[in-house]
Amino acid sequence: MALSKEDIEHIAKLAALELSPDEFNAAFQELNDILNYIDQLQAVDTRGVVATSHVHGVVNAFRDDVIRPSFSKEQVTKNAPSIDERGFRVPKVI
Amino acid sequence: MNELTSLSVAEMRSGLLSKQFSCVELVDAHLSRIEATNEVLNSFITISSELARSAAQNADSVIAQSGEESPPLTGIPVAVKDMLVTEGIETTCASQILKGFIPPYQCTAVSRMCKRGAVIVGKTNLDEFAMGASNENSSFGPVRNPWDTKRVPGGSSGGSAAAVSAGQAPLALGTDTGGSIRQPASLTGIVGLKPTYGRVSRFGAVAFASSLDQIGPFARSVEDLAVLLQAIAGKDERDSTSVDEPVPNYSEAIAKGENEALSKLRVGVPKEYFIDGMDPAVEDSVRKSLGVLEKLGATLVDVSLPHTELAIPTYYILNPAEASSNLARYDGVRYGLREPADSLQEMYARTRAKGFGPEVKRRIMIGTYVLSAGYYDAYYLKAQQIRTLIINDFKAAFANDCDVIAAPVSPSTAFAIGEKADSPLQMYLADVFTCPINLAGLPGMSVPCGSDADGLPIGLQFIGKPFDESTLLRCGHAFFKQSSFDIRSMARKQATEFAI
Repeated sequence: MALSKEDIEHIAKLAALELSPDEFNAAFQELNDILNYIDQLQAVDTRGVVATSHVHGVVNAFRDDVIRPSFSKEQVTKNAPSIDERGFRVPKVI
Repeated sequence: MNELTSLSVAEMRSGLLSKQFSCVELVDAHLSRIEATNEVLNSFITISSELARSAAQNADSVIAQSGEESPPLTGIPVAVKDMLVTEGIETTCASQILKGFIPPYQCTAVSRMCKRGAVIVGKTNLDEFAMGASNENSSFGPVRNPWDTKRVPGGSSGGSAAAVSAGQAPLALGTDTGGSIRQPASLTGIVGLKPTYGRVSRFGAVAFASSLDQIGPFARSVEDLAVLLQAIAGKDERDSTSVDEPVPNYSEAIAKGENEALSKLRVGVPKEYFIDGMDPAVEDSVRKSLGVLEKLGATLVDVSLPHTELAIPTYYILNPAEASSNLARYDGVRYGLREPADSLQEMYARTRAKGFGPEVKRRIMIGTYVLSAGYYDAYYLKAQQIRTLIINDFKAAFANDCDVIAAPVSPSTAFAIGEKADSPLQMYLADVFTCPINLAGLPGMSVPCGSDADGLPIGLQFIGKPFDESTLLRCGHAFFKQSSFDIRSMARKQATEFAI
């Protein structure tokens, strides 16, 4: 399954990554090399094999829904690039 | 290395208890060693001198008050991979996107070791977000191998490995997703353990590939390593994937290795781990080590792990898929870098473009593709199924043939800085003997077993059953004591050779 340049553009958009022209060309070559390598798995017969999600079979880990102390607003926002009194500030959304 | 920085942890402990030196003196000796060597090695991103000195003063008063009752790591310096969040100490993951991030909370493994008295001396360099096998992918520059500063220390926990190898700290914490503790331990001549998945809490380990990541210790001897493992192991309610298995007393495993060596132990030797293209010096040294295991009382058993060759392609689907999802959180909103832009989408894309390095972008792209609409079954699901086959290989070997497996760690000794930098795929192959163990969630340990013609260290890997770190420690300790490879004399030699 070789990737086209349009595919690379689409993936970069999904990943929210702006690629420079050099990065774009490198990605085109490298991603195709890597996918070509991992495509060898398609030849393996996995019919009826159960997919592993947790290696030791842990399924759900429940805990009681108890209110516990959490960080203050100051602690949570102190690393943010931009805040105001109500929360994090971001550029225009719409 | 001066006298204090080459001691074992047990010697440090007894020196502190008998008042031969204080915690402050011990920590200062290590801080001086870091100061004198970091310019060349580049193993630390952040050196936390002031916090370390005040923790050392505190440790001295604990020892004065409680003596032998004081916790086992009281006053012992430990280096921490900059992938683990440390309250009040900058945590970067060697990425520009997190530069300046001061976490408001402490990683569980770090808080557990600090509760037992450990003193953090600083945060060590790594491949950005732990993506790499050479430590060249750091936005803070490469780490250099103390044995030969033109060579890589391995990765991604290259800074932690170099720090312990060069006497900047007797102990360090790293993370291992596909070999990132064992391979650098092997390349720098020290001991490194990746515990069983779920043995150590991942809370506060910055998420990379969550089904594979595990925190583990580095040390210059197996005995030292056991002390740090003891401090960090155990279920944590803040990591729902950590497992509630009883934590044994690891000093008993060391004592068993000391007293019984490997008697009655069946050691599996997987034929798939001796491959064409591996460095003959590595193969030779590992095979000689198997002879040593026999002399120690072990029975060698040929085993087969037939799906081994599928491990790397499987790993390089699962790892980027999980990474692309985990790294979506770096969006310039809550912490770290933000690039200015007129719209929110543009801000995300520019921030991530500027903040992430090439390997991180590559993995995000691969991961995004394999998880994108229409491809999930062909890649991610397929890889999770093959993961089951790989797990079953190990299960069968442990059920029928052996108690522990011995194998190489890395197909080569430390390579030159720049040698593999142009080919991402070549670099991925460095994980060939280590990533299957992560896929299967098993514990694996690298122990020094020899050196090549250039004097570069080689590691022997022990692979255990789930939660059976004890047998790894027993094997490692018995082997380490018997081995002609004397890390401490080599450490002294290394120190004079890189002439700082």
